[in-house]
Amino acid sequence: MRILVVEDDPMLSDGLRVGLGLYGATLDIVASCADGRAALAADAFDALVLDLMLPDGSGLDLLTALRSRGDRTPVLLLTALDEVADRIRGLDAGADDYLGKPFDLEELAARVRAIGRRNSGRATPQATYNGVTLNPARLTVAVNGECISLSRREFAVLAALMDRPGMVLSKSDLEAKLYGWQEEVESNTVEVHVHKLRSKIGRAKIETLRGIGYRMRPIAS
Amino acid sequence: MNSLKGRLFAILVAATSLIWLVATCWIYVGATREIESVLDARLQEAARMVLSLASGNGVGPAQTEGDSRQAPEIMSYERQLSCQIWSLDGRLVARSSGAPDESLGDKRAGFSQRLIKGETWRVYTAEDAAKGVRVSVGDRLGLRAHLAEQIIKGLLAPLLLAIPLLGLLIWASLSRGLRPLQALTRELSRRNADDMSQVETGTIPAEIRPVVASLNHLFRKVRDAMRHERELTAFAAHELRTPLAGLRTQAQIAMVANDSGVREAALRQIVVAVDRTTRMVRQLLAMAQLDSIHEAKQASINIGDLIEEVIDALPASDRKAEVELDPALKSTMVTANRELVLVAIRNLHENAVRHMLEPGIIRWSVKKGSDTLAVYIDDDGPGIPDDEISLVANRFFRGRNKSPLGSGLGLSIVDLALRASGARLVLQNRNDTRGLRAQIVWGIAQDGEMQPSLTDAHRSDFKRFGPHLSPA
Repeated sequence: MRILVVEDDPMLSDGLRVGLGLYGATLDIVASCADGRAALAADAFDALVLDLMLPDGSGLDLLTALRSRGDRTPVLLLTALDEVADRIRGLDAGADDYLGKPFDLEELAARVRAIGRRNSGRATPQATYNGVTLNPARLTVAVNGECISLSRREFAVLAALMDRPGMVLSKSDLEAKLYGWQEEVESNTVEVHVHKLRSKIGRAKIETLRGIGYRMRPIAS
Repeated sequence: MNSLKGRLFAILVAATSLIWLVATCWIYVGATREIESVLDARLQEAARMVLSLASGNGVGPAQTEGDSRQAPEIMSYERQLSCQIWSLDGRLVARSSGAPDESLGDKRAGFSQRLIKGETWRVYTAEDAAKGVRVSVGDRLGLRAHLAEQIIKGLLAPLLLAIPLLGLLIWASLSRGLRPLQALTRELSRRNADDMSQVETGTIPAEIRPVVASLNHLFRKVRDAMRHERELTAFAAHELRTPLAGLRTQAQIAMVANDSGVREAALRQIVVAVDRTTRMVRQLLAMAQLDSIHEAKQASINIGDLIEEVIDALPASDRKAEVELDPALKSTMVTANRELVLVAIRNLHENAVRHMLEPGIIRWSVKKGSDTLAVYIDDDGPGIPDDEISLVANRFFRGRNKSPLGSGLGLSIVDLALRASGARLVLQNRNDTRGLRAQIVWGIAQDGEMQPSLTDAHRSDFKRFGPHLSPA
């Protein structure tokens, strides 16, 4: 899950990067509205964690602009302003959730998972497809009821493929889900992760469409 | 008596009664004197009249004229006078009825007073040597007193009746006249403790309008102070939440991380976060203290000594920069409050240290003009972007080139402290090289040399932040 965090406090954004990373997310962090806009224009994110009081303006303006563009990226407002009126204003401006500072890291991770889940049209906490069950909260995967252990990257690849099981994800799509801007990506990393993943969950579960990308193999075939 | 109405009532009733009483006394004295002269004239006239009628052996008015039945009726004017006719050799020739047997008058002509049978008589005696008779006409003084008494009674009776009526009237008028005051009292006592709205002055009488005006002024001041206080508290709460959120997040990471490197990094971050929060709290307290200073004690202080004191007190972590002091500072004296200037210098110095990119030089210098004194500190940090330079003294403003430890309060504390010391804070980016020059300026600014003061921006700091905080 790739998340953009717009937060100007270095201490907190470092905490979010490491903390949400522990829960399996890939984070990109910017510290101002302008950088946030640029990041949103350049990349697609599974969720946006947005602070309201930013050095160059209010996060609400960023949110309003985002929604008026028709961007459906789930947004969680994370801010020190958590009076009821502020929450209402934030939610009415198009936010999907609102969390006041200081917050519980696990709760934040759960809320981010929840808004991401709803965005992919799923209500159950686990994603199940063709015998594979993925639990993002516990970072566990079970194949035909049997738990298997995956590395962080392998889990991220599987989670991306399971998010919308029929959809084909290209290599660069997967790279974007896996790596933030700061991380160096080697040319064959995605292939390596997919290969290892196949060996753990079963070769047939993931289908390769040559020249296009990967997807979960449909149940019928 | 503490009631205005009661006091006015007592004064008015007492004053009215007193005036009436004095008037009565005056009338009494005047009436007595008038009665005296009128009755004396009557005595004189009567005596002369009788004398002219009387002959040496003549008979006076018929002795049988009066009878004893009428004698007690002293009220009747006909019976008020008694007359005796004496021959000059001392024989009572005749007398009016009711007149005493003894001689009324002296043996000489003119007015006299005599006590006869327990009553004082006023007598006029006239003599006619040719006729050989002396006529004495007298009346009783008691009668005169009675007359005066009657007059006074006539005056006092309506007064006694009038005073309660008057009192009633005064009371009613006072109640009516003091109604606006009562309405004001009612309105004020009905208010909640935190209701600082203005009192309507439309119907207030001119006499108490100044009171209401100063009351309204006070309300306004208290309301402003309360709002300022509330805004500062709200801001402080918001600003403390972010470092606390960082602190909590890092602590949770340290708890759940399996990797020892991650855990250690988180713990290190916790220490930094605690430092920053501590500094923020300290700055908030300093700000609150500065806000409550109204009259600071002035003294002659040596700027150079203050700067050295600040440098000596810095924690070791803030001493990485090399500090140069202009020797002229040691001979620079300023009359101001020592604590305030110390706070300003400390914050400016800490700012310079914190914004140092790599170990560099901080230079304190002084420039004396004809009527100005500028003490300034140059650093070689990143400076302040031009569009932020007018905002940085606002509370909680943290610009693009902020230090991770900043609270957003340092420069507003400096600004506040300097204004309380009669100085101004002037910030400008250095022309010669990268970095910021912060000036403490006493006296009038020289045009073109310095940028406008930041102090005006200060008061509206919350408003400036308004849109970010609450886009109402």
